[in-house]
Amino acid sequence: MDERKRDIQGVGLSLLNRFAGSEVVDKLGLRKPAEKALYQASKASFGAASMARRRFKSVSQRLRPERMERAGDGGDLFDLTPSDEQAMMQEAARRFAEEVLRPAAHDAEAHAEPSKDVWSAAHELGLAMMAVPEALGGAGAERSAVTSGLVAEQLGWGDPGQACALLAPVGVAHALACWGDAAQQDRYLRAFAEDTPPDAALALLEPAAAFDAAHPGCRAERQGNNWIVTGEKALVPLGPFADLLIVGADCEGLGPRLLLVETRDERVLQTPEPGMGLRAASLGRVQLHGVVLGDDAVLGDADSYAQAIDLARLAWCSLAVGCAQAVLDLVGPYVTERQAFGEPIAYRQGVAFTVADMAIEVDAMRLMTWRALARHDAGLEFHREAVLAHRYCAEHAMQLGSDGVQMLGGHGFVTEYPVERWYRDLRALGIMEGGLLA
Amino acid sequence: MIRLEEPRKFRPLVNQAHQVAAEIFRPISRKYDRAEHAYPKELDMLAALLDGLNAGNSQAGAGVGGVSRSADGDAEGVRNGSNMNIVLAFTELCWGDVGLALSLPRQGLGNAAIVAVANEEQKQRFAGCWAGMAITEPGAGSDSAAIKTTATRDGDDYVINGEKIYITAGGRCDHVVVWASLDLKVGRPAIKSFVVPKGTPGMDLVRLDHKMGIRASDTATIRFSDCRVPAANLLGSPEIDTSKGFGGVMQTFDNTRPLVAAMAVGVSRAALERSRELLAEAGIETGYSTDRWRQTAAAAELTALEAEWEAARLLTLRAAWMADNGQPNSLQASMAKAKAGRIGTRITLRCAELCGALGYGEDELLEKWARDSKILDIFEGTQQIQLLIVARRVLGLTSSQLK
Ligand SMILES: Cc1cc2nc3c(=O)[nH]c(=O)nc-3n(C[C@H](O)[C@H](O)[C@H](O)COP(=O)(O)OP(=O)(O)OC[C@H]3O[C@@H](n4cnc5c(N)ncnc54)[C@H](O)[C@@H]3O)c2cc1C
Repeated sequence: MDERKRDIQGVGLSLLNRFAGSEVVDKLGLRKPAEKALYQASKASFGAASMARRRFKSVSQRLRPERMERAGDGGDLFDLTPSDEQAMMQEAARRFAEEVLRPAAHDAEAHAEPSKDVWSAAHELGLAMMAVPEALGGAGAERSAVTSGLVAEQLGWGDPGQACALLAPVGVAHALACWGDAAQQDRYLRAFAEDTPPDAALALLEPAAAFDAAHPGCRAERQGNNWIVTGEKALVPLGPFADLLIVGADCEGLGPRLLLVETRDERVLQTPEPGMGLRAASLGRVQLHGVVLGDDAVLGDADSYAQAIDLARLAWCSLAVGCAQAVLDLVGPYVTERQAFGEPIAYRQGVAFTVADMAIEVDAMRLMTWRALARHDAGLEFHREAVLAHRYCAEHAMQLGSDGVQMLGGHGFVTEYPVERWYRDLRALGIMEGGLLA
Repeated sequence: MIRLEEPRKFRPLVNQAHQVAAEIFRPISRKYDRAEHAYPKELDMLAALLDGLNAGNSQAGAGVGGVSRSADGDAEGVRNGSNMNIVLAFTELCWGDVGLALSLPRQGLGNAAIVAVANEEQKQRFAGCWAGMAITEPGAGSDSAAIKTTATRDGDDYVINGEKIYITAGGRCDHVVVWASLDLKVGRPAIKSFVVPKGTPGMDLVRLDHKMGIRASDTATIRFSDCRVPAANLLGSPEIDTSKGFGGVMQTFDNTRPLVAAMAVGVSRAALERSRELLAEAGIETGYSTDRWRQTAAAAELTALEAEWEAARLLTLRAAWMADNGQPNSLQASMAKAKAGRIGTRITLRCAELCGALGYGEDELLEKWARDSKILDIFEGTQQIQLLIVARRVLGLTSSQLK
């Protein structure tokens, strides 16, 4: 392709554009209120580094970390029936998605975060509690990535943006429960069982094209007994105000590791980074300017890092399965009602076959994701299955999102229906690394 | 409890099928691709082996006779039974060779039909037969309700007239299950199936077709001219029940479609595996890297294909699992067939392309697999027919609304 350089006309246009984007325009009240709210929200968060962040306190001197048993796989049979407990969680998450997330989705997107009511309803649902072992004040009895996935699927059906915000701290709790040592669990994991759990997220993605999560650009250099961490993390859920982050960094002499970073540190700069979709998730950019950490900040080992990538992807797959199902659930009735050329558009194969493909692919995505998650719970290798599920969901979830808009035509493109939002949300698949953890 | 692994209890059987595929099918695969219409005599020995397997396996057979809705009243708990068993076995066999798998004596699609709809007396009488399935006619394929072959009651017999084409194993089998209409004016409810023994007067083998792939499997045209069969050979009810529609004869498809899907899963796995080896020989590393964008294009493509393959495999296992657990699975069987049918061709064709001259030439089997796989997206209901079934179910439409 020809490279085109900016000419004099371009310079003029650029100036004009800068003027149009200036605050003057806002002052004149030319922008739509929602846009303005967003702008102001981001303005406020810019100064956030100086705002009070949560302090984490170590309470007791525990000797050993609390580990929950993996849920297992119930034996030898191929089976697609959730356990009774899983079915209950699924049902509860479904009702929450229907009654809380769906009605709030539009406003949460406009305000770039879930409302207080949604947060407290989610708390009642006990999402974070379930991730904390009983001995640390939580309600978690066993570790099941399948259960996490089933819940994420339902929340994704409700609204992927809010789901992402609500599930980000849960993912951090899972990571601490799986890989934290006694001191780390004591200091951080307990907090997730409290009335107001910390805002927290797993920060792996970086702002680079063709980013490879297995090779983070963020670096931790050894200095005496300390690690000096420098780098930048992108599209972190709750990023502008998270209290606690698990950051992926290449540790000198060790390789990639997960590092616990308290954002009270003034060398952590958190800013909003709104994207194409998932706007309710308060996505943010996090810069680490020489953050000093001790060895006690290192969470788990090389294997934990690799598993975190896979489990994060599987959480995204689950979210996408739910969202894709939502698209199908909306498109089906729409095409049987919508009339064109004297009959419902569903009577035409061009439409009906598209819907058939959507139905096939959403089921396939679900089965692929379930398989990987269930292998995790059974203590089997699940990297291959996670890679394949992720590859598959990235491809087909986006196609589904695109077909969803297509089946509604112009009505799909305007914000009257949520399909355009789902289209934008689903593009996150294949891009997001970290953020969540199943 | 959610678990999507193949049950360990089927491993001996799957392994046995794999040994057959690797040690018997593969070495003669090219030979019978070239010698179209020659009977693969190696299969006789195999048939004996399979019969032994069937007899020794209380789960029901390893063969197509095993496909049926779970009948025992085992209400407690989940079952992995004969449907899954046979899906797994056919995946392995077709990893070896689809054409040879379709030529296994006594494992015809007609056998599956007999198991699905025959009464006890008929099951006994036709036990151990090798039955082909004759639905398609020169003027009616996908639209199987439009068949013109008739069966007219005459005393204790039916008299069959018509021409059937594309009968798999039609030249080699000893019985044919024929779809014929008791009354052309009535349409679907009048269509019944009849078991016709070979050698019945008025039944003529007209020709064997030459094909692009699965050449080891014979595909026959049979003409029926005043062919007389006992009324007791009619499968299912002889009544023309207009309220029941097409149900009776169509039932078999719920069980055989996952089987055809399994065939596609098997042949495409062969292509994926061989491509991985040939790419390795060319110094191209393939694997399950988390990094999608910095791999070679060939490695990334292979992963994408394997993901499609895995999806088809799981959809197929789901359909079989549902059948084993007595759950209605028409929708899921068609989903599996649609997905596996199309990825079968996509994967085998792409693998041929990935392997370049090795993929196209006859030294390797890749080009053959790319020819063989195509039929799996056509018979037992084409891709489009599966999508029609899926769409009608999902959208709640009738066949007159969505044609
Ligand atoms: C090797 C081989 C083995 C076979 N074995 C058997 C066997 O054992 N027994 C048997 O009975 N038959 C057998 N068949 C026949 C096979 O099942 C039919 O070929 C198949 O059902 C398609 O029918 P057709 O060839 O008449 O195609 P057509 O029905 O003419 O279809 C042509 C094209 O139109 C599409 N089409 C048709 N109707 C629709 C629609 N409503 N909407 C959208 N698209 C549509 C089809 O998908 C296809 O792409 C075999 C065929 C082959 C080649």
